[in-house]
Amino acid sequence: MKKTLVAIAIMGMGIGAASAADMVVKLGSVAPLTGSISHLGKDNENGARLAVEDANAKGIMIGGKKVKFELMGEDDQADPRTGTTVAQRLVDADVKGIVGHLNSGTTIPASRIYDQAGIPMISPSATNPKLTQQGYKAVFRTIANDVQQGSVVGNFAAKTLGGKKIAIIDDRTAYGQGLADETEKAAKAAGAQVVAREFTTDKATDFMAILTKIKAANPDVIMFGGMDAQAGPMVKQIKQLGITAKYITGDGGCSPEMIKLAGDAISSSVYCTMAGIPLDKMPGGKDFRDRFKKRFGADVQIYSPYAYDAAMAIIHAMEKSGSAEPSKYLAALKSESFPGVTGNIAFDEKGDIKEGAITVYQFKDGAWVAM
Amino acid sequence: METLLQQLLNGLVVGSVYALVALGYTMVYGILGLINFAHGEVLMVGALTALTVISTLMGIAPDTPPLLLLGVGLLAAMVVCMIVAFLMERLAYRKLRNAPRLAPLITAIGVSFLLQTLAMIVWGRNYHTFPQLISTTPMQPIEGVFINPIQITTIVASAVIMVGLVLLVTRTKLGRAMRATAENHRVASLMGVDVNKIIALTFVLGAALAAVAGVLFASNYGIAHYAMGFMPGLKAFTAAVLGGIGNLGGAMLGGIVLGLVEAVGAGYIEHLTFGFLNSSYQDIFAFVILGIVLIFRPTGLLGERVSDRA
Repeated sequence: MKKTLVAIAIMGMGIGAASAADMVVKLGSVAPLTGSISHLGKDNENGARLAVEDANAKGIMIGGKKVKFELMGEDDQADPRTGTTVAQRLVDADVKGIVGHLNSGTTIPASRIYDQAGIPMISPSATNPKLTQQGYKAVFRTIANDVQQGSVVGNFAAKTLGGKKIAIIDDRTAYGQGLADETEKAAKAAGAQVVAREFTTDKATDFMAILTKIKAANPDVIMFGGMDAQAGPMVKQIKQLGITAKYITGDGGCSPEMIKLAGDAISSSVYCTMAGIPLDKMPGGKDFRDRFKKRFGADVQIYSPYAYDAAMAIIHAMEKSGSAEPSKYLAALKSESFPGVTGNIAFDEKGDIKEGAITVYQFKDGAWVAM
Repeated sequence: METLLQQLLNGLVVGSVYALVALGYTMVYGILGLINFAHGEVLMVGALTALTVISTLMGIAPDTPPLLLLGVGLLAAMVVCMIVAFLMERLAYRKLRNAPRLAPLITAIGVSFLLQTLAMIVWGRNYHTFPQLISTTPMQPIEGVFINPIQITTIVASAVIMVGLVLLVTRTKLGRAMRATAENHRVASLMGVDVNKIIALTFVLGAALAAVAGVLFASNYGIAHYAMGFMPGLKAFTAAVLGGIGNLGGAMLGGIVLGLVEAVGAGYIEHLTFGFLNSSYQDIFAFVILGIVLIFRPTGLLGERVSDRA
């Protein structure tokens, strides 16, 4: 102990700004802590908290000073307006980096406030492509976006499922259309032929007309970009029309709700994809789960490992650049590459995670099973 | 060829439901000159009531035969919808009967929101799985054309109910009173017709049809939701206008035609426009047809009465 103190003192003297007191660096975490998805919000915050506590236990040195990280956990109620209010509060509190928000709908408006203040933010869970397309310099995410998801869907349909003829349907929402467009591109690039491109709405329940048309084109795989409320009845109607094509949809349909709504029409030829990988398949997943459980007495929901990696990315960048000032450590964050819990953490020029993982699930024995 | 037949069949199923709901719009319009925008919500209340009753019964007596379950659910739905419609007329519309036309119209939109919000409070925001008590197992009467028992039930039930309604209106004393009230409230009441009762009855009758439509709709797709009434309501209103609002036969014809146009439109719009339009214009296609019909026949396909009412 004495030795380290001496060492710190010497190092400090070398730089010429010795200080015995720890430097305090505040980080912010924003997620809905109340409301219907508050369990996911708390999960995100706990992920970030675990990272901060790990860093404190390790005794991170930034610019020769021992640093104590503090996490400010805020609640955005999954509401865009509250999200921007909370973002402003964190900016005023002089936090040095943000882990959040959870939803795309809150993250996108809040990102503008962080950008104006020059504070880097890393979302562990917002997948809408628009987030990183706004031209902001300090916006990142540790989860794959919907563009990456679409390319996985397209490749899976064309290669793994061996689809030569693919029919694509979307619900004309920003999410569904974006996913379907990316799927189409990827499927075509993989050599498949898109034999039908049909459209519905996010309020529709009857798809018989478009499905009948698709049936005439005789596809091997039908892809749908949209939510479970449409995907469920759609699977039913596919069966009613005697269509035998395989069916794949994105994370909007990757829910237990979808299984309920599709009833007895769902089978093992129905697939869905979701951003991220199951905890068991993450490089540091097992260890993370145990430590998380021990610390918080709760199970990992979904995104806490991504929140952990997001917080760690900020801390790493600060350590590497020797500064906790956003303007100084941003460059280090951009060129970051380190093994996180969820995989290798490195960002592309827009701020999206490189090699963002997408998992394909297949329906089996009444549940979604990761492939 | 199978594709065309299948599309016509798809259209017929959807069209039957539209027709049932359109009858409710057209009856109320015929008698009051009011467009009851809350009528679509009655369909939703019917479906969700049936859902609650059926799932409760399934919980208590799991051995009940499915058709009996459906029958009880349907009956409960009809009763609840009739009460809702009665209250709607009594509380919201009766006071406004002699008000400028805009007032009841706006009130109807308000009632629609009110019912939707109430349903959201009672049944929650989630989508519910509606038990499909009539089989959905497809059959192939013609090679390549698929139809299932619930679709057949939908078409047959709608046809029977519509014939029944027409008989009621044209052959019974009650029907004569309804027609007299539609013609002229004051003269009808001078002839000894209880106009208030007849108007309430018209609402209640329309609601019963909407309840049936709601249960058929939910059984077809296996889904129920507090906002499910909006689209069928809008389409049925369109169907009523297409057929000639205020005219019973017109509502039925309008419903069927709209269903067919939608299905065939969605299926062939791309070929018809050489790839210029696609199925995302499915809904527009229906409205284009409506526009064309109204240009050449401003009173709708079968509408004649509307001209002397308006």
